[in-house]
Amino acid sequence: MELVDGILKKDKRAAARLITLIEREDPTAIDALKKLYKYTGNSIVIGITGPPGAGKSSLVNELAKKMREKGKTVGIIAVDPTSPFTGGALLGDRIRMQELTLDPGIFIRSMASRGSLGGIAKATYDAVNVLDAFGMDYIIIETVGVGQTEIDIVKVADMVVVVLVPGLGDDVQAIKAGIMEIADIFAVNKSDREGADKLVTEIEMMLDLSQNELDLRPPIVKTVATSGIGIDELEAKISEHLSYIQYKGVLEQKRKEKTREKFMELIKFHISKIIFQEKGNIIENLLKDISNKVIDPYTAMEKLLQCILKGE
Amino acid sequence: MQCERTIRVLIAKPGLDGHDRGAKVIARALRDAGMEVIYTGLRQTPEQIVEAAIQEDVDVIGLSILSGAHNVLFPRIMELLKEKGIDDILVIGGGVIPHDDIPFLKKCGIAEVFTPGTPISQIIEFIKNNVKK
Ligand code: B12
Ligand SMILES: Nc1nc2c(ncn2[C@@H]2O[C@H](COP(=O)(O)OP(=O)(O)OP(=O)(O)O)[C@@H](O)[C@H]2O)c(=O)[nH]1
Ligand SMILES: [Mg+2]
Repeated sequence: MELVDGILKKDKRAAARLITLIEREDPTAIDALKKLYKYTGNSIVIGITGPPGAGKSSLVNELAKKMREKGKTVGIIAVDPTSPFTGGALLGDRIRMQELTLDPGIFIRSMASRGSLGGIAKATYDAVNVLDAFGMDYIIIETVGVGQTEIDIVKVADMVVVVLVPGLGDDVQAIKAGIMEIADIFAVNKSDREGADKLVTEIEMMLDLSQNELDLRPPIVKTVATSGIGIDELEAKISEHLSYIQYKGVLEQKRKEKTREKFMELIKFHISKIIFQEKGNIIENLLKDISNKVIDPYTAMEKLLQCILKGE
Repeated sequence: MQCERTIRVLIAKPGLDGHDRGAKVIARALRDAGMEVIYTGLRQTPEQIVEAAIQEDVDVIGLSILSGAHNVLFPRIMELLKEKGIDDILVIGGGVIPHDDIPFLKKCGIAEVFTPGTPISQIIEFIKNNVKK
């Protein structure tokens, strides 16, 4: 298999092509992913999320530079939203990462969300495996600009940095529900602007209220991505967090849970597909009866299950 | 049930040219036509453009130049693509480009050049009819 060999030999074109095939849901992508699976599990996956325009791409750029200084290789997947009306997308994250383009130890892929609503794309999961098998030390995923409920990033990342900026009004309160709870680290970016300290205090207060004794309290780092201020500290906090979760076995545990979740999803997807294909007629008939109140949906479900189990 | 394949396009501005309105207009128009458009911003070297095209695995590279440097930069990009053995990307150009220069650019491998006043629909049509992959 040409693509697989290419990726294992660190050919960026092969990696890029396989990601395209994954996005297109091309069956040959699955063949390649099967062969690559045993080479995965070595990269550290870091999610960067936060509201639109918070400076996520600029921060990714700075972080990647720091990691390269330490001799680490970095794969970047930057997700931007697909227009629900036209199916098209404008992928602009690369603008902030121009200086990384020619670095042989970096691979950047822009990805459209293509209808997924959780802040990343369906293809992001498998694209991570491609860059993992490719041999990247770190994989950074930039989500689309998120509100509060787009938190699929936790399903794929080993740790998450939530980027906030001062001057968005009552937003700590507003976004508390979702993305605030998935943060392993907070970056208060654009801290050259007024209100950064106030925002830090607000986050601290929120953490005071919601802290579970056993949890690691997420540190808050003030950054200015456009001038590199605070990036050293952010990188240090990321390393610290990673050492901690590795040492405590939390990372291994998290990854096991993710593997489990992913496999369950795969099973559900394929089993329901088969059932809808093979028992379509029975389902339609039951549905008619349910609508006509001839049968209730619970009994109908039991009937369907019996058909499936008996192989009728 | 696969519908029409999504076309991926890199819109790039090579050289020191700071005119980016046209590139942005084209980027938005192609997005509205259902394409995924990667815009890399101003001041890209030919090397950066080719590398980004590889990593993004695009079907089309769209180059925008209004500075007059097209006769140097366009051929350089085509040369780099050739060096890397890439022949499945459609390369088109646009901007302020004298008509007399267009035959030379086409000889270098630029599939088509769109000058000011070209209706966007014509550009979209051209891309849809000519993507290679
Ligand atoms: C607006 C403008 C500016 C603005 C630019 C603002 C910006 N951010 O873009 C400002 C004032 C900053 C500016 C500055 C300069 N400009 Co000026 N500028 C223009 C002007 C008047 C209009 C350009 C424009 O925005 N058109 C609107 C857009 C939508 O059209 P477009 O870019 O042509 O794009 C269309 C097509 O060309 C095509 N297209 C373009 N790109 C692409 C890409 C693809 C893939 C495809 C398919 C199609 C395509 O499709 C588009 C839609 O139809 C032109 C004159 C003109 N009439 O073109 C001069 C012009 C381009 N500028 C010129 C010059 C010389 C300069 C300056 C060097 C100094 C000066 N004399 O003012 C500086 C240099 C700036 C720099 N750093 O590079 C010259 C260039 C001469 C040349 N090529 O030999 C021109 C032609 C004026 C002239 N006749 O002298 N400029
Ligand atoms: N003043 C200031 N501006 C910044 C800082 N970081 C980023 N910016 C600017 O903020 C704008 C948005 O930055 P991006 O890095 O593109 O933000 P993003 O979160 O990736 O944006 P989306 O991907 O569109 O959601 C750009 O104009 C940056 O130059 C900062 O620390 N201070
Ligand atoms: Mg971004």
